[in-house]
Amino acid sequence: MDLSLLERKAECEWWISPVGKMRVPGIIYASEALIRDMDHKVYEQVVNVATLPGIQRASYAMPDAHWGYGFPIGGVAAFDPERGGVVSAGGVGFDISCGVRNLYTGLTVEDIQPVKEQLAAVLFRTVPAGLGSTGHLHLNRQEMDAMLAGGARWAVERGYGRLEDLERIEEYGCMAGARPDQVSEHAKKRQQDEMGTLGSGNHYLEVQQVMEIYTSDIGKAFGIRKGDILLSIHCGSRGLGHQIGTEFLKKMAIAAASYGIDLPDRELACTPINSFLGQDYLGAMRSAINCALANRQIITHLARQAFAEVLPRANLQLLYDVSHNTCKVEEHEIDGRPRRLFVHRKGATRAFGPGHPAVPAALRAVGQPVLIGGTMGTASYILAGTKEGMAFAFGSACHGAGRSMSRHQALKEWRGREVIDQLAGQGILVRTRSYRGVAEEAPGAYKDVSAVVDAADQANLARKVAKLTPLVCVKG
Amino acid sequence: MVEKRWEHFPHQADIGVRGIGCSKEEAFEQAAIALTAVITDPKTVTPNESVDISCEAPDDELLFVDWLNALIYETAIRKLLFCRFDVSIADHRLNAKAWGEVLNLAKHQPAVEVKGATYTALHVRQTDEGAWIAQCVVDV
Repeated sequence: MDLSLLERKAECEWWISPVGKMRVPGIIYASEALIRDMDHKVYEQVVNVATLPGIQRASYAMPDAHWGYGFPIGGVAAFDPERGGVVSAGGVGFDISCGVRNLYTGLTVEDIQPVKEQLAAVLFRTVPAGLGSTGHLHLNRQEMDAMLAGGARWAVERGYGRLEDLERIEEYGCMAGARPDQVSEHAKKRQQDEMGTLGSGNHYLEVQQVMEIYTSDIGKAFGIRKGDILLSIHCGSRGLGHQIGTEFLKKMAIAAASYGIDLPDRELACTPINSFLGQDYLGAMRSAINCALANRQIITHLARQAFAEVLPRANLQLLYDVSHNTCKVEEHEIDGRPRRLFVHRKGATRAFGPGHPAVPAALRAVGQPVLIGGTMGTASYILAGTKEGMAFAFGSACHGAGRSMSRHQALKEWRGREVIDQLAGQGILVRTRSYRGVAEEAPGAYKDVSAVVDAADQANLARKVAKLTPLVCVKG
Repeated sequence: MVEKRWEHFPHQADIGVRGIGCSKEEAFEQAAIALTAVITDPKTVTPNESVDISCEAPDDELLFVDWLNALIYETAIRKLLFCRFDVSIADHRLNAKAWGEVLNLAKHQPAVEVKGATYTALHVRQTDEGAWIAQCVVDV
């Protein structure tokens, strides 16, 4: 990105002053190196989002921002329904509530090494992943609707997981305001075989080792120490979420003109929050959030079974579950007054600070865990929301490394088999049904997640707490 | 005479599919092959069974996205991969037949699942030379 387009207000804070139809400034949080590397489309999309009706404070982008669909991936924007604010299907994305959950295992690396191969095999066998995989659970219409209304809560009630898991999930495992009746037959049909499946692309399940603790008091409060083994699950709302995104994108694109919305780009399709279409979308989107939460809950249950088979001493307890692609109703201060805003986080993670009531009681003193996935085979990070961060980007942070290279290019650079062998040489076991998928996900195709996390910390969006490296990776 | 073909074009996070032909319909058909190619080599797919598809949209570009999304949907629910298409378009309405076979992990080695067709880099147009191009980015 051309730095002359931006005004640097702090080490990791860059502003785009409102020009043309922008209603608010654009603000990008990133180091200078990350900004230089960002594609120009990020600038365009931050500017486009800033033109939307009812947008509050600024159109934000996170340190991992890259070219997205209407919104940049790594984009955050909040809208006030009382000021003509809109909700955007593109601002949430196709993989509604894609997210990450981390679980403690109670094990150390010494426990894992002797059985690493076996653990990899059992996890791979137990958790369905990749195109063509089928979930073990097939829901009839009644159960499908119950799941869409209940989320992880529904899953626990059906025997998938423990009640205490719910305490450690955003919305305590159940997104309020879900309207399963607004989810189409097509979407429900698409989900029928997919409950409890990982998906593909950049989704994964990883056994990780805590390599470093950066902030010891928060690490202690989060209950993690160096050498601990954690399990990380990264996936979303599967076919149901994708279908909802697809359908409402079309409806919003067609209806925009009738609401007097001047779309700078059709992919920014949106609709007034206070409209039938807006409310229908929110009902469907919240159902998809519940679908993602239920999905990660079921996969947790499967993972517990897999661990029980190989390491019966393991006790998988949920640290936290965060979502990246959502629109949530939150109270934030605008001009000194609390306002109810619809906050879109597209490829961005909620990062509420210490004291926030939405953070589980046990963690409230130190802030919400922010789980940042690395690429397959590189480091992941755990951060914590900060008090200052609430004033920046409505308490949001980055979500991962972001790609630096297209899939196309990655396939030219790497062969899946070679990537797997190379990672095995580093002690990382990758299990996949697709070599080509692995090549597309090669670590080299992604930006440096460490640089992204450092920038988030420097910008006070979130505090670095721990670094984790993978030992076993089941790839979707 | 335009030679029909399909292409992928780069997009950072995902992948672009493009079809080129001497008619709009041919461009749509070629783009559908490009869609299959995101998942597997289209040459590995045998046209054993067929599915009828129809969709409707206010303009060619939305119709194109609908077309790809209809194929994505059929792949998702029937586990079918497609290799051959016969498309006709009239009055903002598309009717088509798509041939393919049920996904076989060993035979097709699917790379990734397509989530949906997007409006990014979305174009349906005719070049000065008379070739038709239909393209967009798909989210994987």
